[in-house]
Amino acid sequence: MTTTPSTQAMLSPADVERIRGDFPILQTEVNGHPLAYLDSGATSQKPLAVLDAERDFYLRRNSAVHRGAHMLAAEATEEFENARATVAGFVGVTADEIVWTSGATEGLNLLAYALSNATFSPEHAALRLSPGDEIVVTEQEHHANLIPWQQLALRTGATLRFIPVDDDGVLRVDLIDEIITERARLVTFSHVSNVLGTINPVSEIIARARQVGAIVVLDACQSVPHLPVDLRALDVDFAVFSGHKMLGPTGVGVLYGRGPMLDALPPFLTGGSMITTVTMEGAEFLPAPQRFEAGTQRVSQAIALAAAARYLDAIGMDRIAAHGAHVGRRLLDGLDAIDGVRVIGTAGHQYDERVGLASIDVAGIHAHDLGQFLDDRGIAVRVGHHCTQPLHRRLGLTATTRASGSLYTTDDDIDRFLQGVSDARTYFGVTS
Amino acid sequence: MSSDELNGLYQQLILDHSKSPHGQVTLDNPTASSHQLNPTCGDEITLSIEVDSGTIAHVGWKGHGCTISQSSASLLSTLVEGREVDDTKLLLEEFREAMRSRGTIELDEERFEDAIALNGVSRYVARVKCAMLAWVALEHTLEGR
Repeated sequence: MTTTPSTQAMLSPADVERIRGDFPILQTEVNGHPLAYLDSGATSQKPLAVLDAERDFYLRRNSAVHRGAHMLAAEATEEFENARATVAGFVGVTADEIVWTSGATEGLNLLAYALSNATFSPEHAALRLSPGDEIVVTEQEHHANLIPWQQLALRTGATLRFIPVDDDGVLRVDLIDEIITERARLVTFSHVSNVLGTINPVSEIIARARQVGAIVVLDACQSVPHLPVDLRALDVDFAVFSGHKMLGPTGVGVLYGRGPMLDALPPFLTGGSMITTVTMEGAEFLPAPQRFEAGTQRVSQAIALAAAARYLDAIGMDRIAAHGAHVGRRLLDGLDAIDGVRVIGTAGHQYDERVGLASIDVAGIHAHDLGQFLDDRGIAVRVGHHCTQPLHRRLGLTATTRASGSLYTTDDDIDRFLQGVSDARTYFGVTS
Repeated sequence: MSSDELNGLYQQLILDHSKSPHGQVTLDNPTASSHQLNPTCGDEITLSIEVDSGTIAHVGWKGHGCTISQSSASLLSTLVEGREVDDTKLLLEEFREAMRSRGTIELDEERFEDAIALNGVSRYVARVKCAMLAWVALEHTLEGR
């Protein structure tokens, strides 16, 4: 469950300064200005604790896991599995429900391919998708939570449907009874939109999916780094998130599968480390999660991701969420005061239902020009469609400028961004 | 407060061409057309040419995008209208070479006239594709692709 951030004690400016001391990259100068890093939605920066954990593994314990009888192999295996337990605990589930992936994109593809593999496997008939079955996504989704399902629909003959958004990008939850019907076999959606920063009404969508017996998949990429997330309490069947957005390294992410659901799933990638008995004719597979972890594993990355989870835990996700809500509020209030700026997805300004992120369209200034202008002042933002072409098209846009914060974001970072947006209007001659 | 480099990228002529672009017309009898899309930012252009006796008689384009892509398309249409096809191909190569030079090769003022305002782009590697969008479309029309 997500708690209401605004009611929690938030990080003080002194706390944020202390935290920033753990992130040496934040002292970088860009174009003669101190870096204001407002692109954490794309990837977060990493604290020393994470970098040290990865380096320490390579310095002292580097070895292959789940094989070998020597001391280092045993230590590496133990640390790798401890990392799984740490990350599982961080999101309120158990270690055997966590599959390491390269990131959320791979996690979603793993799931989609495992489901289509059920088509060829008599023992997995219950998971088989056929013409007449429906897969439900939303119009808000990142391409990573859209295209794997389009492709699964193509492979199985199932139909892809979507929950649309309104003119402001907000999910049309009023339509879910029409869209999620008895034919729905799988419903997948993002916990927090990577463009709007809005926290979606998870429980309403899940309740409807449960009514019709559909599998529920949650893209938790933008929630796990910023909010307390308890996947068990949310009652989803599967969830994905990426390590690099939550202070961890690139190359590692998580696919969560509720125990019985994960166990029922056929494998996707096959090979070493995921088998019990192999003959020239066939193979038997290990139980989950090993069944989904063929080949040499991303050991140092998993260990470093666990360090990231411990780092976040030590500060407290409640306080991080409250800080995110503060960042979001300061962004919205400041952007509202600038003429010609449209903030996407702010109907009603529901501060408690947002993270520290805002995407804007500035009349008369293309996002790339705005991003270039801000970069000249050392302000790093994301420009483009943020891997959500359908959402942008629906909102009548091709590209927006996104500022996204994290636990190390200061008021000064935000204020410099706001001043930059305002000055860009003068620079590009669009002031009225 | 903006740096000299940024001011070099966004020269007044660039901003003017972006606001009031030349060549945004539909040709009656195009010899060739090309649609180009930059998938990272969504910038698009459809550019057509009318060739008459080895000379580009008319250029027309429609599109949307950033200041650099729009001004580049505008400056291109002014520059190549009335130019021989063979010389246009040379001009295109000279433009590409300068844009890819990371600020080491400047556009020749005699050849490029007002379009030398695009010189600042080559220092910004991520923006070269913006300036090239219309030129790639032109290249495809010349090659009949």
